[in-house]
Amino acid sequence: MNKLAKLFITFVSAITLALASISSSFAKVEDGMIVLGSAISLTGKYSSNGVHTQNGYNLAVDRINKMGGVKVGGKSYKFEIIYYDDESNPKRAAQLAERLIKQDGVHYMLGPYSSGLTKAIAPVTEKYKIPMVEANGASRSLFTKGYKYLFAVLSPANQYLEVAIDLAVEKNGGKPVNIAMAFEQDAFSQDVRLGILDAAKRTGSKITIDDKLPKELNDMAATLAKVKATKPDVLVVSGHTKGALTAIRQISEMKVDVPMLAMTHCDAAKLSKQHGKKAEYALCASQWHKNLSYKDKYFGTGKKYDKDFKKEFGYAPPYQSAESSAALLVFKDAFERANSFDRDKVRDALKATEMQTFYGNIKFGPGGQNTAKPMILFQVRCKGDTCENKVVAPTKWASDKFFHPIPPWSERG
Amino acid sequence: MDFLIFQAPILMVQATLDGILLGILFALIAYGMALQWGVMNIINIAQGDLVILGGYIAYSMYLAGIHPGWGVIVSPVIMFFVGWGLYKLVINKVVDRDLFISILATFGIAIVFQQLMNFIFGADVVVAQSEYGTTMLFDNSVTLPNSKIFSAFISLLYAVVLVIYMKKSKLGRAIRATAQNARAAKILGVDTEKVYAATFGINAALCGVAGALIAITFTLHPYVGLPYTVRSFMIVIVAGLGNLPAVAISGMGLGVFEEFADYILGTEFRIGSVFMLLVFILVYRRFKLSKKREYLK
Repeated sequence: MNKLAKLFITFVSAITLALASISSSFAKVEDGMIVLGSAISLTGKYSSNGVHTQNGYNLAVDRINKMGGVKVGGKSYKFEIIYYDDESNPKRAAQLAERLIKQDGVHYMLGPYSSGLTKAIAPVTEKYKIPMVEANGASRSLFTKGYKYLFAVLSPANQYLEVAIDLAVEKNGGKPVNIAMAFEQDAFSQDVRLGILDAAKRTGSKITIDDKLPKELNDMAATLAKVKATKPDVLVVSGHTKGALTAIRQISEMKVDVPMLAMTHCDAAKLSKQHGKKAEYALCASQWHKNLSYKDKYFGTGKKYDKDFKKEFGYAPPYQSAESSAALLVFKDAFERANSFDRDKVRDALKATEMQTFYGNIKFGPGGQNTAKPMILFQVRCKGDTCENKVVAPTKWASDKFFHPIPPWSERG
Repeated sequence: MDFLIFQAPILMVQATLDGILLGILFALIAYGMALQWGVMNIINIAQGDLVILGGYIAYSMYLAGIHPGWGVIVSPVIMFFVGWGLYKLVINKVVDRDLFISILATFGIAIVFQQLMNFIFGADVVVAQSEYGTTMLFDNSVTLPNSKIFSAFISLLYAVVLVIYMKKSKLGRAIRATAQNARAAKILGVDTEKVYAATFGINAALCGVAGALIAITFTLHPYVGLPYTVRSFMIVIVAGLGNLPAVAISGMGLGVFEEFADYILGTEFRIGSVFMLLVFILVYRRFKLSKKREYLK
């Protein structure tokens, strides 16, 4: 096994090196085209969100090209994207980033899907000084490494559920609350956890349960039994779509009564569809919702974006698509302000970005994270058997009132 | 360290019951693995992926409006033929080769199955709703999802049926004979080729049952097969080959151990502690064996 594995690794590295050494000197701005590159998960475990990301990119490219393209130096350019399938594999993603830059001569990159893959690609783009606008890597560690060419249009992971704790304290009459939490052991979920720790410290709240769920775990019964025994004021769960679905399934089956349940990935997991009424009252963090009142000239409002996206792809856009579309708007804006294809000028223009898109305001902090856009919370609410996500916080965009506390299971039909 | 379980002893009841129910389900998968390991000397890395495929069959029924509970009957039938076909296609070429070749082959099958399931069913995590409700004990302080009780019951039922079948039927006797000595069985007129195909089919069918149960108790995703393979492998290592009661006890024991580890050491050590136990058991066995050898000397 060992010998074979070594041989295989040597073989793969040899090919990668060979590919990498075929460097090209031509810049990828030719024939009125600005060529962007992206490694994206079209197969493998992230493939559904990878496709959402790609659809978001494509919709924005079409729209910008149709509406006059990008104007640089008095000439109009069109966007084009070279995609490669990274198979949801970080090593592969890093190789493909090298290939895009060295072989295809791409000078500007769009991010992949997920924090893990973005983390794999960022060192490569940084090494070659290639500006990358990414829309799907929220892990806090991406923004603390001092990357200069990385820009994220989304809010960092630690902000996902902080608001929920503030909300819990507010509902408790401003008094500190008891928090039970269960987070998967991966970069993203652990960042969400750090956000909760900050919020708990700030509000003086106590953490009664702090479980770290192994990645392969699909059973939270023990955690939930502890929750039943300790009766916290709020239960926070984050473990991607699997975590969200497992939590709702077992909370409903074990009849765990908590006044407030806050989670991530509810929309990606299609909670309201897969679990229906069992998911009611769950509070979910989201980067975007179509009802927000942001606007831009390309997509109009969120509602308009929702409609156009549905028409093009036949399903409602998850926030992963919306933020991906926003990444293109950011690039376009930066090119026009830089009025040049010099990478460093574009990079400086990106750094100075301050704009509104249908997805939200965008302004990059020192680490490259978007500091201008708050996270929103929605709550699953049901009418009869159809359940929907209703925005409940922040109050500026709330379409519905936050329902608190969650009625006990004995009173739920 | 967390001593909640000692402050609220009722949690021990919950943990024990959860562990037993979980363990029986794992024992079923492990029994399939032990069976074909014993008969064919193949460690099936694709075991977990067969389980997940079985789960997707039940999930497809659920999507078509049929109660996913019926998956425990439909899924094994389909999976038996999947297993049979798999044997005829790949496994028969590696069955008399060394262990390394068969591990490589089944590893390949695992990857192909994962990608196929991803292609057909998509990469989203899915669940099938059984709506079986919940059983509450001790004034609601212990809650057991009926879907888990159903799972344990069905697993036991299949295990018992299989044991009787192996003892009484002609094929069962042929399988046991082949396991003892394939060459002798062949000389005495047993069609070992057919026995192998049937064994692999039966194993796949057991995976099908377990998969259907997992669809209604846990979640399904094309890439979550491996933990089931690892778990059943561990149960088999602890229990030994071809000993069903030992497999069942070892399955339940590991389930309970895991639940208690979760309460006492914390969730992050849950799976790690099971591995620690495995290492301990292996070292202990070696120690005992070496002692025996000393006597013999």
